[in-house]
Amino acid sequence: MREQEDYYRDKRLSVLSKTERRFLLGFFIERGSQMIKISQLSKRFKLGMEQIDAVDQINLTIKAGEIFGVIGYSGAGKSTFVRLINRLEEPTSGSITVGGEEMTTLNKKDLRIKRQDIGMIFQHFNLLWSRTVSENIAFPLEIAGVEKAERNERVKQLIDLVGLTGKEAAYPSQLSGGQKQRVGIARALANRPKLLLCDEATSALDPETTDSILSLLVDINKKLGLTIILITHEMHVIQKICHNVAVMENGRIVEQGAVLDLFSNPSHQVTKRFVEQVMGKPDEEVTDETLLQSVSTGKLLKLQFIGESTNQSLISQVAKKFAIELNILQGNIKQTQAGPYGSLYVHITGDDQLVDEAITYIQSTTVKVEVIKHG
Amino acid sequence: MAELFPNVDWLDLVVASGETLYMTIIAMIGTLILGLILGLILYLTSPDGLWENKQLHFIVAAIVNIFRAIPFAILIILLLPFTTFLFGTFRGSNAALPALIIGAAPFYARLVEIALREVDKGVIEAAESMGAKVSTIIFKVLLKEAMPALVSGITVTTIALIGYTAVAGMIGAGGLGDYAYYYGFTRRDFDIVFVCTVLIIIIVFVFQLIGDLITNKIDKR
Repeated sequence: MREQEDYYRDKRLSVLSKTERRFLLGFFIERGSQMIKISQLSKRFKLGMEQIDAVDQINLTIKAGEIFGVIGYSGAGKSTFVRLINRLEEPTSGSITVGGEEMTTLNKKDLRIKRQDIGMIFQHFNLLWSRTVSENIAFPLEIAGVEKAERNERVKQLIDLVGLTGKEAAYPSQLSGGQKQRVGIARALANRPKLLLCDEATSALDPETTDSILSLLVDINKKLGLTIILITHEMHVIQKICHNVAVMENGRIVEQGAVLDLFSNPSHQVTKRFVEQVMGKPDEEVTDETLLQSVSTGKLLKLQFIGESTNQSLISQVAKKFAIELNILQGNIKQTQAGPYGSLYVHITGDDQLVDEAITYIQSTTVKVEVIKHG
Repeated sequence: MAELFPNVDWLDLVVASGETLYMTIIAMIGTLILGLILGLILYLTSPDGLWENKQLHFIVAAIVNIFRAIPFAILIILLLPFTTFLFGTFRGSNAALPALIIGAAPFYARLVEIALREVDKGVIEAAESMGAKVSTIIFKVLLKEAMPALVSGITVTTIALIGYTAVAGMIGAGGLGDYAYYYGFTRRDFDIVFVCTVLIIIIVFVFQLIGDLITNKIDKR
């Protein structure tokens, strides 16, 4: 199974066209440069006499090659926000630059051409049921006026890239949700965009399929250097694949920053609730006091992991280096794009001096150590 | 056969069936074209449509509603000057065509509008996000995605048209309705009425069958 996956991954890499390889090269130079700059962006809807600010003076900068998450509850304005970027919704005021080009002043024709540079995938996939998988993927190429021979070639590459080989002639109604979203992704990538917008792309999928679609997104982000903006209401999506995140409420961004920072130090109430979605509520955990009661000798340590995957083998390193016993009592660690995040309660017993040395050793790494004492 | 239907001239019936089919098929094509155009305008100019336009929507909707409200038998009479102007006469199969098309197209236009509304808004949004022109959206998304409903709509409309051709027979349009009325009803030869009815039913069944077959074949949902 594993080998097969690796085989397909290698195969997919080798199908990259010359242009894509050249593009990849370009991305190593470009990555980190500014992809999107949004300033004072607002969208106001009129509902009868009432006015609703669906998006309210948003400022954001998104770097090339990053996966940027926008999280919020339904009605927070995140769906409107993502549609403002390619102007499926016309902004009321503000400015959006994508790849250095101002979006809000483009005329209709230029906007259409610019949109071919921005892929988009949707919660409900939005495939044409009257077209086969291949024909669906070929659609944006038809729109862009790509020759038929080149179109077929490109469709073949994309089908390989998203792992749908053998399904070329199937109709969307014959596919599972995950397969449909793979078609959606292939279709969005057809014109080699530099930016991919994902509107709740995994919200209609079951957890397992969600994971496979998320790894596909990470895969193409790495392989193609694609910038991805992802809208979701599920924190675990953010946790698994995003580098940076913005939290939205009532049309405003209430908090933003690196995913790990938000996890370790959420300041806004909404952010705290989202972090709880993944980490569980603090009071659901067993308290330090109860843990201490189960410990009669040695020391109880709380290890806090905040990023840096090099510390993943910390426990075994400590066990090898020092003649002490380590016993994991409780833990909650999640993997993020910037490394593991979470905490681990460890019971450490043995020679007092060795225990202290071990603690000093752990302190020398990036893992935070706290020795828990009575009271 | 001759004993069962003493007054039926079978050769005449073949001719009359031919006239009915001729009127039905030509009127169907006319209805298809006119109905699609009107239905598309209704859909595209509606609020939140791709070509939102209140005035145009109102005018087209009014025309469609007015022509749908006029009973077909009266519509034929109202159109007599128009057909005379077009063909120099108001008798014959060709002369019935304008009334048939004008009578059926508004009905089909509404069915087209309904069919287009059924197309998933998300799919149109997806096409827009790819940078598609409105013409591309119309021909490659809207009409293609609505195709089964458009076909079953034209099937229903065509069957109504077959009924209309019989009414048009009253003013001498020819066809089975005409034949049943003049040779059957006015002469009290009811065996002729019976045979004409059976033939019309067969024609209706054939059109329905063809329509259903095509709908099933193109529906990949």
